[in-house]
Amino acid sequence: MTSNTNPMRRSVGWLGLKRGHQAHPVEWLAEKAIFLISLSAILMVFLIFVFVAREAWPVLRGQANSSLVRPVIPVEQMDQLSPQKLQDYLGLTPKQYALMDQETMKSLMEVKIEASKEVPDDKDARLNTVSWRYLARPYQWTGYDHPVSIWQPVSPVPKFNIIPLIIGSLKATLVALVFGVPLALGAAVYVSQLAAPRYREWLKPGIELLAGIPSVVLGFFALIVLASFFQGLFGYQSRLNAFVAGIALGLAIIPVVFSIAEDALTSVPRSYTQAALALGASRWQAAWQVVLPAALPGVFAAAVLGFGRAVGETMVVLMASGNASIVSWSLWDSTRTVTATIAAELAETVFGGNHYRILFLIGTLLFVVTFLSNWAGDVIVHRLKKRLEGKI
Amino acid sequence: MSRPRSFAAERFDYGSFLFTGLTAAATFLILAILAVILGHILLHGWESLSWRFITAGTEKDMFDVHKTGVFPMIIGTAARVILMSIFVVPVGVITAIYLTEYARASSIATRIIRGAVNNLAGVPSIVFGLFGLGFFINFVGQNMDAVLRPDSPDPLWGKPAILWASLTLAVMTLPVMIVATEESLRAIPQGLREGSLALGATKLQTILRVVLPQALPGIMTGAILAISRAAGEVAPILFTGAAYYMAQLPTSLTDQFMDLGYHVFVLSTQSPNIEQTRPILYATVVVLLLLTFALNVVAILIRARIRAKMRAVS
Amino acid sequence: MPAAILHNQIIPKQPATTEPASPMLIKVQNLSLFYGTAPALKNITLAMREKRVTAFIGPSGCGKSTLLRCFNRMNDLIDTVRLEGDLTIAGQNIYSADVDVIELRKRVGMVFQRSNPFPKSIFENIAYGLRLQGVRKKSELEAIVEKSLRQAALWDEVKDRLHESALSLSGGQQQRVCIARAIAIEPEVILMDEPASALDPIATAKIEELILDLKKEFTIIIVTHNMQQAARISDETAFFYLGTLVEYASTVEIFTNPKVKQTEEYVTGRFG
Repeated sequence: MTSNTNPMRRSVGWLGLKRGHQAHPVEWLAEKAIFLISLSAILMVFLIFVFVAREAWPVLRGQANSSLVRPVIPVEQMDQLSPQKLQDYLGLTPKQYALMDQETMKSLMEVKIEASKEVPDDKDARLNTVSWRYLARPYQWTGYDHPVSIWQPVSPVPKFNIIPLIIGSLKATLVALVFGVPLALGAAVYVSQLAAPRYREWLKPGIELLAGIPSVVLGFFALIVLASFFQGLFGYQSRLNAFVAGIALGLAIIPVVFSIAEDALTSVPRSYTQAALALGASRWQAAWQVVLPAALPGVFAAAVLGFGRAVGETMVVLMASGNASIVSWSLWDSTRTVTATIAAELAETVFGGNHYRILFLIGTLLFVVTFLSNWAGDVIVHRLKKRLEGKI
Repeated sequence: MSRPRSFAAERFDYGSFLFTGLTAAATFLILAILAVILGHILLHGWESLSWRFITAGTEKDMFDVHKTGVFPMIIGTAARVILMSIFVVPVGVITAIYLTEYARASSIATRIIRGAVNNLAGVPSIVFGLFGLGFFINFVGQNMDAVLRPDSPDPLWGKPAILWASLTLAVMTLPVMIVATEESLRAIPQGLREGSLALGATKLQTILRVVLPQALPGIMTGAILAISRAAGEVAPILFTGAAYYMAQLPTSLTDQFMDLGYHVFVLSTQSPNIEQTRPILYATVVVLLLLTFALNVVAILIRARIRAKMRAVS
Repeated sequence: MPAAILHNQIIPKQPATTEPASPMLIKVQNLSLFYGTAPALKNITLAMREKRVTAFIGPSGCGKSTLLRCFNRMNDLIDTVRLEGDLTIAGQNIYSADVDVIELRKRVGMVFQRSNPFPKSIFENIAYGLRLQGVRKKSELEAIVEKSLRQAALWDEVKDRLHESALSLSGGQQQRVCIARAIAIEPEVILMDEPASALDPIATAKIEELILDLKKEFTIIIVTHNMQQAARISDETAFFYLGTLVEYASTVEIFTNPKVKQTEEYVTGRFG
C-alpha cells in the first residue's frame, strides 16, 4: 500500500499500535504544563489574601500591643534574663541578637528606661489601642467629653478607629453610585435599544473612551476643575469633599457599568423586541417592559461591578476627597476613605510597626469586602439567569 | 375594545418622548463630560508641551515648566509595562488556551479558574499594591536576599524595584489578557480544528499550527489593552517601585523608576507652589493621556479589522 | 455521468462491477452509538470492500454522518458519546485502548460538508499533513503537492498561484483543495460527508468525476442526501433510517430492485 519512495514516516503494520495516548509523550507533558499554568489565577487570589493578611496578622489575632506603658526591666537584671526573653524584650530578631554584643544591649536597655519616662501623662497611654475594642467602637479619649471614633495614627497616643474611614468610603461610593449608575444605565438603554443602529457604532466606543482615562487623571481633573466648579455652584466650605470625590468616582465607574449593561441589553434576542413591537408596543415600551427585564442579570452584574470598582478606587478619592478622617455624614465635609488612607500613609510608617499592620488590616478588609460582593453578585446573577430560563 | 377609526396618532406619546429623551440626555451628557475633560486638559496642556518637554529630563529646575522634561517618566512608564507584558502575555494566553480548548465546561477546575479570574478582575488596585509589598518585596525579595546575599546588610531584592512593580501589574492585568485571548480563540470556527484533527494532527499541533496563528491579532489586542490599562495605574506602584526623583534612568531590575502618573499625583498633592507647577501638571497629563489613548485606539482598530475580516470569511 | 430517471425510478449508470471481489476492508459489527442515553445508531452491521465507493443515504437526522465519523473516531471529540459493538479496519478494532487515534486519522481521511481550508496558502494547506509527518525537503513537498492537486483535478487552475491564500478560491475549488489536502498524506480510506452539498451543479459534477477517479487508489465512503448522486458514483449503497441500517446492497440492486419496502419508498421519492 505505501510505496518505498514514500517520504512520510509510517509505523509498521496498519494502525501502529503504540499504547494509545502514550504515543505522544511530549504532548502529554505539554498539556499537563498548560493545566498547571492555568491554575495560576487561583494561586494568585489565594496569595493575595494570604500575604496581605500576613502583614496584619498580629493585629488580627489580637497579639499586638501598642500600649505605651510597659514593664521596664532595670539594666542590672539583664543577666538574669534568658536569651529568648531578652530578645523579646528588646524586640530583636534572632539574627540581630546574634550580631550584638553586651555593651550594645546594655545601652538598648537604658534607652528603654529613658523612653518609659517619656510616656505622655495621659490616662490613655496604657491602653492597647490596636485591640479590636478601640479599632471598631467609639471611646472617650482624654480631652473629649463623649465617646468618639477617631483615626489619628500620628499622635502621642495613636488612635486607630476605622469607623471614620468606612463612613468615608461609603459616602463617596454612594454618591458615585447615585450619580454614575443611572447615567450609565440610561445611556446603555439608549445606545442599545433606542438609537438608530448606525449611531451605535460610534456612540459605544465613544463612551468607552472614558475608560481610557486613567484614574489619576480623573482625580487631577476633580482636584483642579470640579472642586472649584462645585464650590462655586453650591457654596460649601470645604473645597475637597465627599461630593466632589463621589462625582469623580461616578465618572470612573460609568464606562464599566455602561459596557456590561450595554452588552447584556444587546444580547437579548431581537425576536423579543420584534414580538413586542408586532403587538403594538412603542420602542420604549418594548425596551422598558421586555428587554430590560430579560437583560436583568447582566444589568445587575454591571451595578455590582460598579459598586466594587467604586469601593476599591484609590487615586480619585486620594486627590479629591480632602483626606480629613472625621466621622460625619455630611457630603460637604472633607472625608477620608479606606483606600486613600492606605495609599497616603503606608509610605510614612515604620515597617512592622502597629500603624503599618493596621493599614494592611484595612487592606485585608477591603479585599474581603470586594471579594464577597463579587461572589454575592455572581450568585445572584446566576439565580436571575436561571429564573429567566424557567429553571427555578 | 373600541378601536380608533384611523391610524393617525391621537395623543402625543409622552412616554416615548420622555423615556427616549432622558436616556438620550444621559448618553450625550456622558459624551459632553468626556469632551470637557479632554478639551480642558488639552487646552491647558498644549501650550506647555514641546519637543524638549518630552525628551528632556529633570536635571534642571524640576519646577520650571520651561526647563523641566518628562523623559525619565516616559521611560519609566514604558519600561514597567513592557516588562509586565513579558510576564502576563504567556501566562494569560496559556490560561485562555486551557479554558477554551481543553477544559470541559462543567468541570470543577474550570469553574474555579473562571471564578478566580473574575475575582482577580475585581480586586482594588491598592490591594495589589499591598500584595506587591507583602509578597514580592517582603517575601520573595527578602528570601532572595537571604539566599543570594546572606552577609550583606542592605537589601537588594527586598526593596521596591521595577521588577516587583511589573510583576504586580502582571497579576493585575491577567484577567484582561485572558478575556481578550479567549474571545479571539472562540471566534475561530470549529471546522478548522476538525479539519486539522482529521489530517492526523494532535490537539497541541492543531493549537500551535492552526488556532494560535489565527488568534494572534486578538492576542495582540489583549496585550495592548493590558498595557494601556497598566500604564495609567498608580496605586499598585506606589509602594512597589515608583519614585518621585531618580538621578538616573532604571538600568537594572532592582532599580526604582519615575512614572508619569505618579508624578502627576505627587505634584498635584504635594507641590509647594501650585501656580508654578500647574502648567507642568497639565503638560504631563497630556503626555500620559496621549500615551494611553494611542494604545487604546490601536487596540480598537486592530479589533475592528479582525471583526471585519471574520465577517468577510464566514 | 448522468443517471436516467424514468417514472420515478432511478436507473444507475454504473454497471454492476465485474472486477474480482476485493477483500473486506472495513467491518462494522452490531455498532450502537448513544449521546448520553439517547440512541443515535442502533445495531449497525455492514462490511465494505477495498477500493470501492460506498454511499450512505437516508433522510436528514438518520445517523449517516454520525456513523461516518465513527470510522476516523471524530466522535471522540464529543463528550457524551458512548459506543457499543465493534468496528474493525484491516482486521484491527479501531476502538481498542491501544490504538493511536492520531495514526488512525492519517490512514482514514475526511472531507467535510463545509469546506474548511486553513487561512494559509494553497500550497501550505496541502503541505500541512505532510509537514506533520516530518516531510521537510522542499522538492519532496512540491512533488507531492503537485501530485495531489492533479489527482484532485485542480492543478491546472491553481498552478500559477500556489502561494496565494486558499480562501481566495471559489467554493468548489476550496472543496477540491480540501480533497487534495486529504489525499496528499495517502490515506487508505477517504470519508466524505456530503462534500458537494454546498456547491453549485457544475462544481458538484467536477467533484463526482473526481471521486470516480479516486476510486482507483482509495476506498471511499460518501454520505449524501442526493440519491441521484449516490446512483451515479457509488458501487454499494446503504440506506439508513432513524439510526438503523435498513438495507445494504449493490447500488444497482438498491435502486432497481430494493428488497425492503421502506427502501423502495425512499428511492422513489415517496418520503424523505
